[in-house]
Amino acid sequence: MDSTGIAHFIFGRLTWESLPLHEPILVGTFLAVALGGLALLAAITRFGLWGYLWREWFTTVDHKRIGIMYMILGLIMLLRGFSDAIMMRAQQAMAFGGSQGYLPADHYDQIFTAHGVIMIFFVAMPLVTGLMNYVVPLQIGARDVSFPFLNNFSFWMTTAGAVLVMTSLFVGEFARTGWLAYPPLSGIAYSPDVGVDYYIWALQVAGVGTLLSGVNLIVTIVKMRAPGMSMMRMPIFTWTALCTNVLIVAAFPVLTAVLALLSLDRYAGTAFFTNDFGGNPMMYVNLIWIWGHPEVYILILPAFGIFSEVTSTFSGKRLFGYTSMVYATVVITILSYLVWLHHFFTMGSGASVNSFFGITTMVISIPTGAKMFNWLFTMYRGRIRFELPMMWTIAFMLTFVVGGMTGVLLAVPPADFVLHNSLFLIAHFHNVIIGGVLFGLFAGINYWFPKAFGFRLDPVWGKRSFWCWVVGFWFAFMPLYILGLMGVTRRMRVFDDPSLQIWFVIAAFGALLIAIGIACMLMQFYVSIRDSERLRDTTGDPWNGRTLEWATSSPPPDYNFAFTPIIHDGDAWADMKNRGYERPTGGYLPIHMPSNTGAGIILAGLSAATAFGLIWYMWWLAGLGFVGLVAVAIGHSFNYKRDFYIPAEDVERTESQRTALLAAQG
Amino acid sequence: MSDAGHAGAHHGDHDHGHDGATHGTMGSYMIGFGLSVLLTAIPFWLVMTGALGDNRLTAFVIMGFAAVQIVVHMIFFLHMSTRSEGGWTMMALIFTVVIVGITLSGSLWVMYHLNTNMMPHATMPGGDGLHDMQDMR
Repeated sequence: MDSTGIAHFIFGRLTWESLPLHEPILVGTFLAVALGGLALLAAITRFGLWGYLWREWFTTVDHKRIGIMYMILGLIMLLRGFSDAIMMRAQQAMAFGGSQGYLPADHYDQIFTAHGVIMIFFVAMPLVTGLMNYVVPLQIGARDVSFPFLNNFSFWMTTAGAVLVMTSLFVGEFARTGWLAYPPLSGIAYSPDVGVDYYIWALQVAGVGTLLSGVNLIVTIVKMRAPGMSMMRMPIFTWTALCTNVLIVAAFPVLTAVLALLSLDRYAGTAFFTNDFGGNPMMYVNLIWIWGHPEVYILILPAFGIFSEVTSTFSGKRLFGYTSMVYATVVITILSYLVWLHHFFTMGSGASVNSFFGITTMVISIPTGAKMFNWLFTMYRGRIRFELPMMWTIAFMLTFVVGGMTGVLLAVPPADFVLHNSLFLIAHFHNVIIGGVLFGLFAGINYWFPKAFGFRLDPVWGKRSFWCWVVGFWFAFMPLYILGLMGVTRRMRVFDDPSLQIWFVIAAFGALLIAIGIACMLMQFYVSIRDSERLRDTTGDPWNGRTLEWATSSPPPDYNFAFTPIIHDGDAWADMKNRGYERPTGGYLPIHMPSNTGAGIILAGLSAATAFGLIWYMWWLAGLGFVGLVAVAIGHSFNYKRDFYIPAEDVERTESQRTALLAAQG
Repeated sequence: MSDAGHAGAHHGDHDHGHDGATHGTMGSYMIGFGLSVLLTAIPFWLVMTGALGDNRLTAFVIMGFAAVQIVVHMIFFLHMSTRSEGGWTMMALIFTVVIVGITLSGSLWVMYHLNTNMMPHATMPGGDGLHDMQDMR
């Protein structure tokens, strides 16, 4: 074998030309990321934090710490996804009158693909999963999830997927196909490079994590509720988490299967979705939307749960229409499987199919509308406190209703024939995802932050961030509705008609406001950590909450509850407070806990290496990685040091500290 | 799979073999085994002898046997009943059947229409205008 042959064997498709050295934007980004990363690694080494991070965080099986790590992952990826967004806005605002803007087509196409993939899979999903992970066990009075190791493994698989997407920025390129990678464009004939392979393997690796965490949370909710907590006494957030995870478990295998078929087309020369040899690309579109539509409900249902908790807490009332809220959630869960075709009305199914799916789509607005009225009636005659979580909730109600109504409009097939793939559609789904999911997550972050860290988030910077986000959202997306109605399609890089430019400039201004909103949010975190003494919560119940998580200290001890609470009512903690509940201060027993393990991060690292090998045709790496995966998994099954007991004295010490704290405030 | 695991885990907790609600007995396993063999052998016999004479009819009958086979496995090997795990396995089964049913029948319906409308040159078995679609040929 000559030297090129050896190089080809070792590096597969990877050559010096694969590195984007000709793209000044990427080189600059790489330098900034590399320097920042080196500085971070140096700082960790300098302060000797590696051991601490490894022992206390990377290998943890504590659902609370894993939840926090999910949130950090989501927020970091938000920065990446948003920089893609603002680059697109800038490009579209300037590419008029013969100007080509500043992004070459090749790069622009990668940016809009990466923006969609990152925002859905690596921002919204980790943030939603993180909140569920943190809050659900506390809300149901459990000490951890059912499968703590699996939880750690799920988190690292999601992270491994995110690392693969980030790698594609500097090694090779990302897909140029749009966020769902429709064939035949994503087939090997039209996308021969590594972009689509990065897409496939990043989603496959992250998908394992999502699916397993779905299984984990379902089992946790079904099996580990505190005694007395019947299904109809579960907090609404736990209900929405249950429905979301049922959706995950039912929908994600479809995504896995359809991506596996696409990779067979690309790697093994099969013809599932090709134009010739009997393949049918329309089948890909059909299958991926069978996953894709439930996916949007996977994101929005937990947000609905957060709004329910926040509205009830900050109105100082029991949630209006709890039962109808539960049924609405379950109905949405089922209906979300009956609407997928509305994403491709224009593909040519014809009148009977289109009208069926148009009607099912419109029907979904009924349970959603019921929820909206439940929140309004909860607020009605309540003592509303306009703290940050409540402000985000009200912004959601005003914004989301508009998004919902444009959705019903798009559900009418003839209207969709005009608006399909136009900027109207883009405005619609950003309207519901930002105005619904993201606002919900921000409400949730501001609501549960004091529980997780023991101090509240600074309200001043929080309000600055809030106003920039909300106003920025309206500036950024209302022009897109107008442009869409005028017939402008999505994913355009340059425009001929100069009369359109003003709307894109307004949209870019909106994106700039959102950028300031994100900056204020980062500032909010910084100021809150700096002033944590001023914002300290010693009660464990800073908002006068109604559900069980507020019965614990802030942050809760490792074991969450020294004694498993007994539930007598829906709003368990509000009920306990009403009945003059006394914390037990003695009689502690040793608590059985799961042990930390490094197997999760090692397995995820090997998965990322395997995927990297498959992407670049480095078959030796893929093979080694896979063998390593199997070996580590088998090895881990022989690890019998899986649990330990927290001695009763330790529990007593922790609990009496809390008793002293509570006594100090009288 | 997880059902089987659960049933196994419960074995250790209870007295062995006293309540037959979610546990298998030798008899029930043998009945399940016998039924599985029977339900596999008949389709083989149908194909090998061509007893029904019509290929399409044979295919549908075999699919019917397969469906019954699934139920046999669920009852005798996965120990599913309306009471096991407090009704959750039955709930999960119903949900799964609904979702799989929607996915399969919906995909067939949608793809049939798409193929008829958008791929006019392909030969469509059964695409003979029985449906209410406008014909684009």
